[in-house]
Amino acid sequence: MNNAIDPHREERRLAALLIAPAAGLIVVMALFPIAATVSEALHGHDLRLPWLGRPFVGLANFVEAAGDPRFLSAVGHTVLFALVSVPIEIALGVALALVMHRALRGRAAIRVVALLPWTVPTIVAALIWRFMFESYSTASFDWFVHPRAAWVPIVAADVWKTTPFVAILLLAGLQTIDPAIDEAARIDGAGPLRRFFTVTLPLLGPALVVATAFRALDALRLFDLVYVMTGGGPGTATEPLSLYAFVALMQRLRFGYGAALSMTVFLLTFAFALIWIRTVGHSLTDDHV
Amino acid sequence: MTRTAGVIAGGLLLAALLYPIYRMIAASMAPDPSVFAVPLLPTAFSFEHYRALFDERDFLVPIRNSLIVAAATTALAIPVAGACAYALARLRMRGRGLILSMILAVSMFPQISIVGPLYLLLRELHLLNTYPGLVLPYLTFSTPLAVWLLTAFFRQLPRDLEEAAMIDGASRLRAAWDVVLPLAAPGIASAAILTFLYCWNEFLFALSFTLGPERYTVPVSIMLFRSRYQIPWGEVLAATVVASIPVVILVLTCQRRIVAGLSAGASKG
Amino acid sequence: MQSVGIQLEGVSKTYPNGHVAVRPIDLTAAPGEFLVLVGPSGCGKSTLLRLIAGLETPSSGRIVIGGVDVTTAPAQERDLAMVFQSYALYPHMTVRDNLAYGLKVRGVSHSVTRERVARVADALGITTMLDRRPAQLSGGERQRVALGRAMVREPKAFLFDEPLSNLDPSLRAHARAELRHLHQRLGATMIHVTHDQEEAMTLSGRIAVMREGRVEQVAAPLEIYNTPVNTFVAQFMGAPSMNLLPARLLGLNAPEGSLVGIRPHDVLLESSGAIEAAVEMVEPRGHDYLVHLRLVAPNAPSLVASAPAAPIERRVFLQFPRERLHLFAPDGRRVIEDHLRRNALQ
Repeated sequence: MNNAIDPHREERRLAALLIAPAAGLIVVMALFPIAATVSEALHGHDLRLPWLGRPFVGLANFVEAAGDPRFLSAVGHTVLFALVSVPIEIALGVALALVMHRALRGRAAIRVVALLPWTVPTIVAALIWRFMFESYSTASFDWFVHPRAAWVPIVAADVWKTTPFVAILLLAGLQTIDPAIDEAARIDGAGPLRRFFTVTLPLLGPALVVATAFRALDALRLFDLVYVMTGGGPGTATEPLSLYAFVALMQRLRFGYGAALSMTVFLLTFAFALIWIRTVGHSLTDDHV
Repeated sequence: MTRTAGVIAGGLLLAALLYPIYRMIAASMAPDPSVFAVPLLPTAFSFEHYRALFDERDFLVPIRNSLIVAAATTALAIPVAGACAYALARLRMRGRGLILSMILAVSMFPQISIVGPLYLLLRELHLLNTYPGLVLPYLTFSTPLAVWLLTAFFRQLPRDLEEAAMIDGASRLRAAWDVVLPLAAPGIASAAILTFLYCWNEFLFALSFTLGPERYTVPVSIMLFRSRYQIPWGEVLAATVVASIPVVILVLTCQRRIVAGLSAGASKG
Repeated sequence: MQSVGIQLEGVSKTYPNGHVAVRPIDLTAAPGEFLVLVGPSGCGKSTLLRLIAGLETPSSGRIVIGGVDVTTAPAQERDLAMVFQSYALYPHMTVRDNLAYGLKVRGVSHSVTRERVARVADALGITTMLDRRPAQLSGGERQRVALGRAMVREPKAFLFDEPLSNLDPSLRAHARAELRHLHQRLGATMIHVTHDQEEAMTLSGRIAVMREGRVEQVAAPLEIYNTPVNTFVAQFMGAPSMNLLPARLLGLNAPEGSLVGIRPHDVLLESSGAIEAAVEMVEPRGHDYLVHLRLVAPNAPSLVASAPAAPIERRVFLQFPRERLHLFAPDGRRVIEDHLRRNALQ
């Protein structure tokens, strides 16, 4: 028996066997539906008008979206939301990570407190913050009636819920920083603020990049929070892209158009990921020792 | 001086994180009319909302549903993801990059994009409003995260333990079972906890794939409390408290594992 | 226990990224021999050991163990035992289970397993630790458990991958002696990898000195010490390193670029003589002194001598006994042709 041609055949077969369940599941339950969505997006499919059938319309759905003011506002809402909430979450996440890292006592309790917002269901977070802001509303000023003000509780809830997640990602990064470096800076005479900005923060760079990427991708896909908190309202003032896609799909039953809208959510996240990896990711892999 | 400033700032941060939960609990136990006007340190307590929750809204049903779905998914996800992760971490294989990208792509895909076709698929399979109808999608979308985590954990284990087992005469699988698995137990625990949390908290799929109260999960059930004009805050908050209890228990007992799981995923990313 | 020979014929290993770890090597370990593979890091000695063990597959060549071609056989089937540098003890199992694992996997009966484990534990003095976990043991105890795990299997041959490197220096000499005793007692074929040339000298057997994927010389310790086959082996084996000086500098009639080697303890310090040197530094070692010198000559080459007493003067004269000189051609290889040597060393 000569295995010289492929001495690792056994191993490869075992690997294929072990991967099959997960891969099979993903192909059937994820890749096919994704392909179906792509296909739907290229067809006209309105369940309310079944007599029109399901013709291939190319990019017509996307063209329609480009001219749809509700779509454009939804994109604007989504991007703006990401631009506002992610930096806040990163900044607070850094602060929380530092607290968790430097705590000398009660580490377990601190971790529990820090984790709770992230682990409770999103709808719980949405309801709690809706409740709190409703209780802050007065007769003359209802937070949820004002188109712009309604965003505040949404951002607050999102920041509250995801700061711990960011903090934990950064905590891992903090723990890999050699404490000797900070000590060397201290001996060199640098004060705590200076040390933070010139030593800690730069060394936290890779972790920050990862955390920002994760958070931004999630922010662009915002759905649960808004659906529960405001339903997109008042009117459509707080409607992010995912919610509009959901509305088109499930409520207006315009499957083709809804599919195209949900594709744009994907395209948005994909574009962000590409840009992010190009600009920031590359610089990381360069000076990777 | 900066030490105390830091401690105060930290304390404020933690208090801010805790405050909403405190409000939620306090308000859920307030006698109804004053739900909004609950003082910071309430003196009047009432479990009326909780009673209504279980008696009138039959809240045990969604709790049971959530538990079953989350437990079943976790029980299935771990072996599936574990096998895949072991192969990715340790075995020679073709297309490792392809598999990893596929896994990453799936976890990045917005759920909203998949809901439609998945709905139609599940309807074809007569799985709407059933337990498998939720377990299957949950399995599909929790597996990538679990694979990611477990691959990171397996990679961290020293290779020479498996090599020693193989020299001792164990086949690869045997070595994995006898040596790798026991050592990866913490990682597996982390993955299991995070999977359970994902299922317990999941909303969109549950909303779309369940059709009646007998199969609603907790998040969906709470959501549907609201009537057209009002949210019955008392009961809703009581429900959110109940919905959070398993989560709190998990966090209290396993916070180390949760942190370890997230960190491992991060450092490999 | 029947000990077997191990033959490597043209065995090489090149990794997919192009790195050549082992160039085609022919090497034989006779049954019952203690063979040491020694060389600097990256020379391929560990890779070679792993190829023998079956943890890697060779890119070319044959591996024959006990007359059986095992080139394509996986590690599980080669019936070898290996002691890793990190010992690789199963941390979640007791010492007893660690020892028994190899037998359990092969389906050896409980009674035979129990008996063998007890015997080996007794021989190594670890009977009291059988129910403890590796984490509770000291480094030296762990090393013995690793050894025991190998012994219990009664394998065709033993492979050691730098098992002494993780020990405290004070324990190392003792562990070396134990290894030698083990070899004498068992009479098994043993292949031992180390980067420590002193360990190689005291342990073997035979030594295979490796560099950059090649075996430079295979011979008994004394032969390697006295007649190193090239400048690399000459300088790698023996500490402090052999001194290499340009042959012409010492007035020898050899081709340009030839080198002459002399070991530090062969250099004689005199108060008068032909070669003058300045003392730069003296290091007392307890049993002797290391004298760092610079020759009074063009380029002022440096030299190390070991002397029983520290020189008093700053200027000394050196004597190189003719018979202690090694002559190397410009390409680094030892000049063995007698007439050339005689010609040079006039």
